Amino acid sequence: MTGMHGGQVAIVGASETGRIGVVPDQSVIELHADAARRAIADAGLTAADIDGIATAVPFPVEVSHYLGITARWLDGTMVGGCSFMLHVRHAAAAIAAGAATTVLITHGESGRSRVGAVPYVRGPASPSGQFEQPFGAMTPYATFTVPALRFLHERGMDRRDLAEVVVAQREWAAGNPRAFRRKPTTVEEVLDGPPIAYPFTREMCCVVTDGGGALVMVSAERAADLPGGGHPVYLLGSGEASEAPLMSQMDDPGSFGAFRRASAEAFATADVSHADIDHFMGYDAFAHLPLYMLEDVGFVGRGESGAFIAEGHTRKGGSLPMNTNGGGLSYTHTGMYGMFAIQEAVRQLRGEAVSQVPGARISFVQGVGMFFAAAGSLVLSNRQP
Amino acid sequence: MPIDMYNTFCLIQLIDGGQMTQGPEPLPTPDTEPFWAGTRAGELRLQRCGACGRYFFFPRPFCRFCQSPEVAWQVVSGKGRLVSYVINYRPLPPARPDQPLVIALVELEEGPRLLTNIVGTEPVPENLPLDAPVSVTFEVRGEQALPMFRLDGEAAA
Repeated sequence: MTGMHGGQVAIVGASETGRIGVVPDQSVIELHADAARRAIADAGLTAADIDGIATAVPFPVEVSHYLGITARWLDGTMVGGCSFMLHVRHAAAAIAAGAATTVLITHGESGRSRVGAVPYVRGPASPSGQFEQPFGAMTPYATFTVPALRFLHERGMDRRDLAEVVVAQREWAAGNPRAFRRKPTTVEEVLDGPPIAYPFTREMCCVVTDGGGALVMVSAERAADLPGGGHPVYLLGSGEASEAPLMSQMDDPGSFGAFRRASAEAFATADVSHADIDHFMGYDAFAHLPLYMLEDVGFVGRGESGAFIAEGHTRKGGSLPMNTNGGGLSYTHTGMYGMFAIQEAVRQLRGEAVSQVPGARISFVQGVGMFFAAAGSLVLSNRQP
Repeated sequence: MPIDMYNTFCLIQLIDGGQMTQGPEPLPTPDTEPFWAGTRAGELRLQRCGACGRYFFFPRPFCRFCQSPEVAWQVVSGKGRLVSYVINYRPLPPARPDQPLVIALVELEEGPRLLTNIVGTEPVPENLPLDAPVSVTFEVRGEQALPMFRLDGEAAA
């Protein structure tokens, strides 16, 4: 009997789309397929081997049919940008339970060019349409950002702490030809940039891009037999959590309970501690999120996140290399960034990253979705425990 | 420009919704209609649980804390404090970029938190200290009235 955690299920195929950034000649479904076909090939498999499919948008049947896959297990979990963390977790459970043997997880989004994109509409009778949108909370930069001042205020922190996040992550992006923003920057430059929604300036907001990514997961036992499965990345532990569908109704604007709950379950199921983590991916649609995550996931104490980043601990050679692709702030952000955070963790654990963390063995991936509505956490490793 | 893309994306939503005069207008549902009936009458009404005594938001026919169906609408004080905010320099039309919008979280004295706008003050950070006391005011939006807030001590316009 296979369990879902403890390294008994593995990611054996992983790829992003061939191009990311500005890709006006590929539709959403083409981006899904581009990444999926690369990930299946990366695993040394064919489409005929896939018997499970998971994706967030569009519906999984649209993706499976387009690819010529007949699935016997489908997961359309949609909780925003961390949907893919949940898909990995659900796929592991399905494989452990025998409901599927070979699961494909896909993401494709034409976030910038909007080619074949489905509008994300929340009507005027929805909770958001009644209680947030009438007040101008319609765009991510004017909604997801609202709690940030509270977080900073309660800790005696300020806008410089947001700027430090941008500066640290830009350092990782600087050498990465696929990163959208690569030019090294300074705290002053970030603070002096075009104001978007105080306290946020432009560089504190993510890039908006086109692209996609896909993963293939099988049992560790099956991974060992795959021709192309020479570099499995094992799922040690995972967690997921929900909170409120409206940002205004999160239990505490200065700390996100779903980060705490999802990450605690991931650590517990993985049976690892914070000191065991070599590499951290923290979903950064806006610059306040890594600050919340470092504290809520428990890498630092309350109020220590800003200094931790400013002192260089998340940069090259630091104790917790974070967002080593440059993150959503610099690398790419199609709208649902979670897939790219997982892809970078896989690359780091395979030793294939552009900015490689030497000897990375365990990576922690923290996702967030639908502003502060949901969270998903993964503990991944290149070795079985 | 990322922000322009977001604008385009959200404009589609607005146009689809067909509400382009002052901004989107809420469409009440059976569970929320008493709240909007209150704002139209110039009152802020919230539900309070008869079993555990807590106020909650947004509206529903039972208490989200203790599940009791014994809930009743009550007029509340309309007083609260400024918990957090952004000053949106890129508001969507019909709001204008030269009129930055303060999108705020206000925690009412009775406990629940609302997303709202701070009006009646120049939208600059110096005027908006966190934890400042605020009081409700109502702005007509189409057939509805939206609960917005003023800093206490600011003269009513």
